[in-house]
Amino acid sequence: MLAAGGLAATFLALPLLGLLVRAPWGALGSHLASAEVRSALGLSLVCSLTATLVCLVLGVPLAWVLARAEFPGRGLLRGVATLPLVLPPVVGGVALLLALGRLGLVGRWLESLFGVRLFGTPAGVVIAEAFVALPLLVLTVEGALRAFDRRYEDAAATLGASRWYAFRRVTLPALAPSLVAGGVLAWARALGEFGATITFAGNLPGRTQTVPIAVYVELQKGIEDAIVLSLVLVAVSLAVLVGLRDRWFPAP
Amino acid sequence: MSLSASIEVRLDGLHLDVRLGVSTGETLVVLGPNGAGKTTLLRSLAGLLPLRGRVVLDGETLEDSAAGVRVPTERRPIGFVFQDYLLFPRMSVEDNVAFGLRARGAGRETSRREARAWLERVGLGDKAAARPSALSGGQAQRVALARALAISPRLLLLDEPLAALDAGARGEVRRELRRHLSSFPGTRLLVTHDPVEAVALGDRLVVIEHGRVVQEGAPEELGRRPRSPYVATLVGLNLARGRADGDVVELASGAVLTAAARAKGDVLVALPPRAIALYRSRPEGSPRNVWRARVEALDVGRESVRVHLGDPLPVVAEVTAAALADLEVRAGDELWASVKASEVELYPA
Repeated sequence: MLAAGGLAATFLALPLLGLLVRAPWGALGSHLASAEVRSALGLSLVCSLTATLVCLVLGVPLAWVLARAEFPGRGLLRGVATLPLVLPPVVGGVALLLALGRLGLVGRWLESLFGVRLFGTPAGVVIAEAFVALPLLVLTVEGALRAFDRRYEDAAATLGASRWYAFRRVTLPALAPSLVAGGVLAWARALGEFGATITFAGNLPGRTQTVPIAVYVELQKGIEDAIVLSLVLVAVSLAVLVGLRDRWFPAP
Repeated sequence: MSLSASIEVRLDGLHLDVRLGVSTGETLVVLGPNGAGKTTLLRSLAGLLPLRGRVVLDGETLEDSAAGVRVPTERRPIGFVFQDYLLFPRMSVEDNVAFGLRARGAGRETSRREARAWLERVGLGDKAAARPSALSGGQAQRVALARALAISPRLLLLDEPLAALDAGARGEVRRELRRHLSSFPGTRLLVTHDPVEAVALGDRLVVIEHGRVVQEGAPEELGRRPRSPYVATLVGLNLARGRADGDVVELASGAVLTAAARAKGDVLVALPPRAIALYRSRPEGSPRNVWRARVEALDVGRESVRVHLGDPLPVVAEVTAAALADLEVRAGDELWASVKASEVELYPA
């Protein structure tokens, strides 16, 4: 048992070790300063944060509906809201393309009526990232809403608070830890997003080439930029894990 | 009457159906066992549960299901103290008390000043900045009371206000609560399952069981003439049903008792456990009610022992430990029991 466990641990740690050993530590600064790397990093940061914001704005009301509203088809809605979590991202990208792409169901109207194009634009990146990250936020916040004692809202109502005032001053503050946790998870997911992004938004350096896509592209040319970008993603993922450890890995 | 309510609610197997009237300045205590519908009653008065019937406060209709009138909770002039207080855990004590004023549109400074004044009034001026989690149970209860009173309600509802406290703190908090209740000028309705609390805080009691009112009256009245086995147990009396003809009552169990008072028809009979005397051999002299009884069980207390007697008159007698030692009685023994006619409380069923 012990040996098998050790084997599994090695299996998980070895790739990380490979990255660390092969990293061009001496030239790290110059690699990070290169135009491609910096533009990919900047784009990823802006797009993933925007996608997180989109998730929060859209996800909290959806979580509220799933946790509170009683209506037929709620199970189906939850399934739809969870689907991107289990869908291969590239399939998500294709689906987005068919819905919001130039020739898509809604996309054609977006372009002819509003002149909005999503393929090849950072906006497309944000939509692809939000699509795959949204379920993480919705499920986290829905769980917190279900665990929340609604009698606090009753107490607020007896004190004269409208439903909106009670939600803003009583419910939302109680949800804050889950909003942070769900937001961070969604952000990490958006930051690492590859398949849906490259399918739906393409691979234009400076426009839609985010860090994961850049890693893939750099790998074809020389391995060092790819390693440096990978290290950045590893560092971010580790930071997220450590930051959320109390929530997901409570000490025994 | 300042509050007049007739309420019917069906909820999770409970069918609550009660009429209540409470005058301004009066504390009505609704007493009942767990599951009798006490909390449901308060929640429906506060508009937190849909009801069938009418709720009128100081002439203003808060709810009238027949007429389709329903004032939402947040616009009812009601203060609600919840059983576990429900102080908002992420706000300071002061913000908790100021919450109602802020929600009703008062300015930040005004609300703060008012909240401070209320905290001073309940003796917690130094706790304004504390979080609710830093308060003791008694302090949390006072904050909950201050929070409910800060919005100047006309009706104050209290749900088991002492139940969350440990026994040691209860007496003090109860006296304190009584003082605050009597200085509140509006109508007060408190529910509890604790008869001590009910008698200490209530001007008038209403007992509900299974969603229905079984008895209503002043605490002394309930203490002397219980109308249900539950109330009898609460006040520590034996209760039996029977038919009276003059001063003789034939009980449902078949036993016959003589009372000092006279009545005719269906009656209730209350017997104080301490008025039932026990003997080894048949007592001589005056008592008119003497019967032979089998001892079913003994509850040994610190100073007295409760002796459960079997047919023909299943009652509890309470004797001193010394008297019991003289009797040398065990469960299963046969004894003689007697009660004076003047101790038999006889009243119409």
